Order: sequence, then C-alpha cells, then structure tokens
Amino acid sequence: RAGPGSAAMSSGGTLSILRSDSYAELSQYRDQHFRGTRYDQERLLRKSCTLYVGNLSFYTTEEQIHELFGKSGDIKKVIMGLDKIKKTACGFCFVEYYARGDAENAMRYINGTRLDDRIIRTDWDAGFKEGRQYGRGRSGGQVRDEYRQDYDAGRGGYGKTVQCQ
Amino acid sequence: MSRRRHSDDSDAGQPHKRRRTSEPSEIEERLESLICRVGEKSNSSLESNLEGLAGVLEADLPNYKSKILRILCTVARLLPEKLTVYTTLVGLLNARNYNFGGEFVEAMIRQLKECLKVNMYNEAVHLVRFLSDLVNCHVIAAPSMVAMFENFVSVTQEEDVPQVRCDWYMFAFLSSLPWVGKELYEKKDAEMDRLLSQAESYLKRRQKIHVPMLQVWTADKPHPQEEYLDCLWCQIQKLKKDRWQERHILRPYLAFDSVLCEALQHNLPPFTPPPHTEDSVYPMPRVIFRMFDYTDDPEGPVMPGSHSVERFVIEENLHCIIKSHWKERKTCAAQLLSYPGNNKIPLNYHIVEVIFAELFQLPSPPHIEVMYTTLLIELCKLQPGSLPQVLAQATEMLYMRLDTMNTTCVDRFINWFSHHLSNFQFRWSWEDWSDCLTQDLEKPKPKFVREVLEKCMRLSYHQRIIDIVPASFSVLSPANPVCIYKYGDESNRSLPGYTVALCLTIAIKNKASNDEIFSILKDVPNPNQDDDDGEGFTFNPLKIEVFVQTLLHLAAKSFSHSFSALAKFHEVFKTLAESDEGKLHVLRVVYEVWKNHPQMIAVLVDKMIRTQIVDCAAVANWIFSSELAHDFTRFYVWEILHSTIRKMNKHVLKIHKELEETKARLARQHKRRDSDDDDDDDDRSTDREDGPLEEQIERLQEKVESAQSEQKNLFLVIFQRFIMLLTEHLVRCETGGIDVFTPWYKSCIERLQQIFLQHHQIIQQYMVTLENLLFTAELDHHILAVFQQFCALQA
Repeated sequence: RAGPGSAAMSSGGTLSILRSDSYAELSQYRDQHFRGTRYDQERLLRKSCTLYVGNLSFYTTEEQIHELFGKSGDIKKVIMGLDKIKKTACGFCFVEYYARGDAENAMRYINGTRLDDRIIRTDWDAGFKEGRQYGRGRSGGQVRDEYRQDYDAGRGGYGKTVQCQ
Repeated sequence: MSRRRHSDDSDAGQPHKRRRTSEPSEIEERLESLICRVGEKSNSSLESNLEGLAGVLEADLPNYKSKILRILCTVARLLPEKLTVYTTLVGLLNARNYNFGGEFVEAMIRQLKECLKVNMYNEAVHLVRFLSDLVNCHVIAAPSMVAMFENFVSVTQEEDVPQVRCDWYMFAFLSSLPWVGKELYEKKDAEMDRLLSQAESYLKRRQKIHVPMLQVWTADKPHPQEEYLDCLWCQIQKLKKDRWQERHILRPYLAFDSVLCEALQHNLPPFTPPPHTEDSVYPMPRVIFRMFDYTDDPEGPVMPGSHSVERFVIEENLHCIIKSHWKERKTCAAQLLSYPGNNKIPLNYHIVEVIFAELFQLPSPPHIEVMYTTLLIELCKLQPGSLPQVLAQATEMLYMRLDTMNTTCVDRFINWFSHHLSNFQFRWSWEDWSDCLTQDLEKPKPKFVREVLEKCMRLSYHQRIIDIVPASFSVLSPANPVCIYKYGDESNRSLPGYTVALCLTIAIKNKASNDEIFSILKDVPNPNQDDDDGEGFTFNPLKIEVFVQTLLHLAAKSFSHSFSALAKFHEVFKTLAESDEGKLHVLRVVYEVWKNHPQMIAVLVDKMIRTQIVDCAAVANWIFSSELAHDFTRFYVWEILHSTIRKMNKHVLKIHKELEETKARLARQHKRRDSDDDDDDDDRSTDREDGPLEEQIERLQEKVESAQSEQKNLFLVIFQRFIMLLTEHLVRCETGGIDVFTPWYKSCIERLQQIFLQHHQIIQQYMVTLENLLFTAELDHHILAVFQQFCALQA
C-alpha cells in the first residue's frame, strides 16, 4: 500500500531547489593514500556509511563520540585515531553507521557543531582499512599538527615544528 | 586507449564522457529555476518580477507548455509557503492565455486525484488551498469552488468510514477559508452558511477519545492543548465574525486587480472524492501546541491570539518552510527569519514555538530530533541579539510546566537541552532552578535536572558536570561512571566464586582460549543444584556471574575494549546464556557491574542482541524485573527498550526485503526463460535452475514468519508486563485508600502510551490479539483507556 511521500508521481516529481542537500555532498578532499582509481574512490564515498571526524580534542573519548554521533542513528563502530608512535589519541576518528541515511544525517546536523567545546568537522570516508587509524605526520600525529603555528591546548599545545624551535 | 597513471590523474577511470547538455533539459532547468526563485529577495519589487516572469512564460508557452504546466503544478504542491505568489502568476498567465489557464486547472485536478489515491494527504491540502486561492485570482469561478467544498463536506455524511477520512475533507475545506472565505461568502453566502453549519454539527458529533494521548501537557493552563479541528473551527468562526477580514496573508494579486478582473474564469469540473478503500491511510489527528501568547513579549509586536486566523496562517507557513528546507539548516534558518511581517509579529517567538511544536509532536516529530537542535543553533547564530533570549525564556517556561508534561516529550526536552548546552559550554543559570532541590527526587523537576546532567556528562566528563553546577545541586549530579567489580577487593574473598574469578582474571590476561575458560568455569558450583532441566546443561547463575563480572571488569577501559571482549568470548557467552534464565542473568550481571554507567549498559545490551547472546524478549523481561525496579523510571531504561524494539522491527524488515528481492529474482528468471528460444523443452534443467532460488524463497519465508512471530511475542511480553505492574499498583492504592496518581504511576502509564505511539504501525497488526487476549473489558479502566485512545487514532 502506498504511503505518504510516494516519490513517483507522474505529474510532478520534485524541484531541484528542494533536492539540495549540500551538507551531505562529497567535499573536495580525497585521501591521497587511497589505493584505486579516483572513480573507485568516489563510488565508495557515495555509498559509504563511514565518516571521518576531525578537529577532536586529544582528550575526547570514544564514549563522548558515541553519544554525540548516536543522535543521528545506530553506530556500528567507532575507531579512534592514534598517534603512530605513542599510540594515544591524536584528534580524529572514524564513525561507521549501519545505514547510510544515518551517516547523512550526521553530515547534515552534527558536522560543524561542538564536541568538547570544539567545532568538529565530518567528511565521507571510503571505508576503514587497517593502518588508517594512525596519524600521517612525521612526529606521529596528524599532518595538521606538524605545521600549525597556533597554540591549541586540546591538541598538544603548539604545532610540532614550532615546538622543536 | 592511452594509459593513465591512477591517483595522479583526476580523470582516471571516469565513466561518463563530457558531452554538451542537450538544449531542452537546459531550458527546463532554467524555467524551473526562474519559477522557483520568484518571490525571493530581489532588487525589483515582487510585482514587477511576477509581471516579468509572466511575460517570459507566455512567450515560452508555444514550445514548452507541458513543462511549464508540470513545474507550476509541482510548486503548487511542494512550495505552499509561496502559495499566493504562484496563484498570482497563474492568474496573470490565465489573463493572457485563457486556454492555458483551463489546462492548468485540469492538470491540478488530475494531480489532486493522484495524491488522494496514493495517500499523499498533506500535499493534497496544499493543492486544494491553491485552487481556492485561484478564485481570488479570477482563474476559478467562486460557485464551482463552493460546489467542490460541498462535495468535500458531504463526505462527513458517509457511513462506515474512518473518522480520519471525514476529518481530512473537513480540514481541507476549513483550512482554505483564510485565503478564500471572503470571496466565497460574498458570492455564495447562503451555500457557505449551510456548509459552515454542517461543519459545526460534524465537529460536535465526532469523537475525540484520542486527544489525551496526543497532548504535550495534561493541564489546560496557561494554554489549552486543543484538538486541531476544534482550534481551526474557532479560528474560522472568529474570522467569520470579523466579516472575513484577513490582513496577514500577502496577496500579490491585489496589485494586479485591474488586469485579473478582466480575465475569464474557469469552472472546476465536478469533483467526486475518491471512495474509501482498504489501502487508504489518512493523516493522524493532531493537537495544536501552544506555549506563547501576547503576554510573553510585552515590548514587541503583539502575538496574534490562539483563535485568530493569522496564528493559523503563520504556523502553517513556518511548518511548510521547515518541511521544504529541513536538509539545509542554514537555508532553513534564513528562510524562517525572512518570513514577511517581521515587524508586525513577534517572529522569533513564532519560530521557537513552531520548532518546539514539531520537536514535541506525538507520536513522532516530522524530522529527526537532532535537526531541531542544530536549526536552533543556526537561528541563534543569525540573530545573536534576540533569539537566544527567546530560547532561554522558552526553556524556563518548559521547566516550569514539567509537572504536567507528557513523559515522551520530557525525554525530548532532556535530549534537546543537554545537547544544546554542550554547544554553549554548559552555561546556564542553574540556581534559578533551586526550587527542585527541595522536592522528592522522583518528582518531574528534579528528575528532569538529574537526567539532563547525566546526558551532559555523556557529552563531556564527570568532573566537568560537578564544576558547572552549584554545590547545592550535587544531590542531582550523576554518579561517577565507574565499574563495580564484586570480586575486586581482598575483603570479598569469602564470596563464592572468588577464587575462580582470580583464576579467570589471570587466564584472560594470558590470552586464554574459550576452551580454557570453559574448563576453569567447570569448577564453579551450581547453587541451583536441584533445578536440573534434564537437558544436560543446567542454568548456573554463579558461573555466569563470575565470568561476566570478571570479563567486563577487565574490559572496562572503553567501549571498544568491552566489544572486543564480547567478540573474543562469544562462544562462552552463548553457552552460558543458552536458556532464557541464562540470558536474563547475564543482563542482571551487566547491570550490577555497570549500574553507574547507563551508557555502557545500553551499548553492551545492543551488542549482545546483535551478536545473539541475548534476545529481545530477554531484554524486555529484564527491564520489567524486580532487579531493575529502582531504575524503572530512568530515561536510559526506556532508551534501551525502544532501541531493542527498533532492532527487532529493522530485523523483520530486512528479512522481508530479502524475501521480496529473491522472489523478484525468480520472476526475472522465469521471464528470461519464457522469452528465450521456444524449442527448449528440457523441463528438468529449468527446474534445476529454479531449484536453488525456490529453496531460498522457502527458507526466507520461514525466516520471515519466525521473525514476525518473535516480533509479535516481544510486544505481547511488554504489554503483559505493563498490565501486571500497573494492576499491582492500582490494587495496592485501592486497598490502601491512597491516590493512584503518584509520579511513578504517571511515568509508567505514559511509558505504556509511548509504546503504542512510537510503534503504532506495527501494533496495528495485532489489534485483534490485543483486544481479545490482553486489553479485555475486565481490565482496570485506567489501563483500558490507554488502549481505547490508541484505537481511536485511526478510527
């Protein structure tokens, strides 16, 4: 039996201004370490249920992430990003949902809001693979923390390059 | 084909070739864009934009008429907040091209019929309103509109149809009158009077048993929570008394009166409402949410009264804006704030009221709850000098009225407020709420504050919460979420199982296998020695206790650690929890270990269901068990129960989908075979092809039936336990001569209502069983009333 919202109406359809869903679109970022073609990567991004979450405080816990991201749907897994050397949290994570729709809602409503008083950023991820939980900066953390000039108490203070001066 | 290096070349592997977009679709996009954007902020006036657009479209009619018709019909259906802009446009087109006007009206009627056929009733209302406003634009003759409304109202005379069907036709009629009441009354006052008197008698005789179930507050003060048709009727009566003078709606067509009144009008063809069928699903009734009136903003413009038609129009339009732009939070906020009439109405108050109306709507909000939190944050960003204050005022008002607020709505208030605070450093004037400190902790206000603080802690950490509240609030602060390991202290060495626990701890730390664990556990004595179930494996609560306590304690560090532990020792869990009693006991032990950390309990229960260590019925029984009685009214318990029910529902849907897909595959296979060469008469090979698929379908069919049976059983268990619990309370109160309405009772009965409301579609399937087995006439009338209210929702 047809329920409310049946999309296929022969006399109408919808309007492109109502289809607009900019928060759920792919960003410009593409993981340079991805193994495969650009096309493969984008195909995976478009059906992914996994989000990359950035700008976390080093002290933000899996539990906090679970609570916040649980607001858009049931979470399958949270994988904390780790410093490659120290194996401690280094300010990013992956959140995988069971359903893509739930990940889309996270992009629409959780991206750009605060966790631990920090504006966090979410982006589509092609899917977790072993090794991707580690920072890619020379010092073991994320690249952005290598060269950063400002002082960020939640992310180890000054950037690594500045610290070494 | 040239070889391309992969990750360097951004075009590598692109499957689509870039080709010139074909002209017609470009033009269609341009037309759609032009039409959709008329009425937005512009350097020119709305009138000159409409005039210009009408000219462009008129010129395009010879080549693109059907596209223009389609676009206009679609905006009529999907952009109701811009109703009068588009009716004016159609009016101008009709004045320039009479035939086009006629074709448009016909297309609209076709679209209306189609909407009704596929149960798109909300969109159908927009179409009816559009048609009625076309009377104001001289496109449709008033008498023919009245005739359509006469057919609508006569639906209320139909026999043996659901009340919700008659409700819809009445709503479609009455809710169009703010736009067209004046014109229709001027042309056909006798007929309109007759229609209104028929409306009045229908509204008097229709039943309203469902209303209490849908009200956000049970109290009538300060604002009654009116049934939606009752409220609309009062609004229309007041409009009539004001001689149909309506000053809020923007009517661009007034500026074009001289042009439009020269136009020839069309008659609506006679419209017979499609008959009621078994597949018809009408909208559920609603209760109008009100939290503000003119006294709440004494400095600003006066808020239209609850029975003014302006209030109705404003609320309708704001709801429509949210419906159009819910995916785009910045656009949504901007559109809400640019609603016309900003200096004549307290727009911020209307916006906040409409958003809370949706958030608190029963049975469910139209959109996902988190959307409203983020939308309110966007609105605060755009109006930092005014909106936060209105929001704070609203929060204060909601807090003041917690005593009579529906439990489900309190849940949503808790979730919203804690999440909102986490975006603003948890800044709040908690001392203003010190009155709750002197109340019994089970009362709604202190309970609310406790739950909010617990949720705030989940989004931050324990010490943060201690820091943000005054010291006096420590009685309401959440417990430090640490695990309780009963075998931890040396002083506990006299406990049975203590030594085994030690043994287990060492073994697990040394990466023992499941088999090794089993052999260690063999030494645990069984306190239920006599309850051998004869199947060879007895339920041994002590074994379960020792194993689960120890493992959870070792894995306490994080969710991931605990999930790994569940996965690694899955076999042990499955064996220990094989019986129903085993499952129940596992849940009990999880609670004993983690009762300070409800969030951990919730995620563990979720994982155990998903890995089939426990089943949904076990969780339901555990929630109603005496061990959990102390936490029975805590929010987290109901989050767990509803999450459990949702998992069950999703599971049934998933297998059903698999079954349908496999059936479709078989059908495609048959089709392929039938269309293949006709002289293939080897029947046995075709049977062999079908075999695996047919077997699969049979297996899936069994799986579906078994899942549906489990689902039904889950609901029956839940209802049964509710009835037992509530009956016990009612009997105790009666014999003891004490008042039934304790805070616990209110919470419990509303939790029962919540089950019905949140899962109403599934529960509808069980009506006969529920009526005959559980909700029989012998039941206490307090409990039976909940069931009867539920039945009334789709009656």
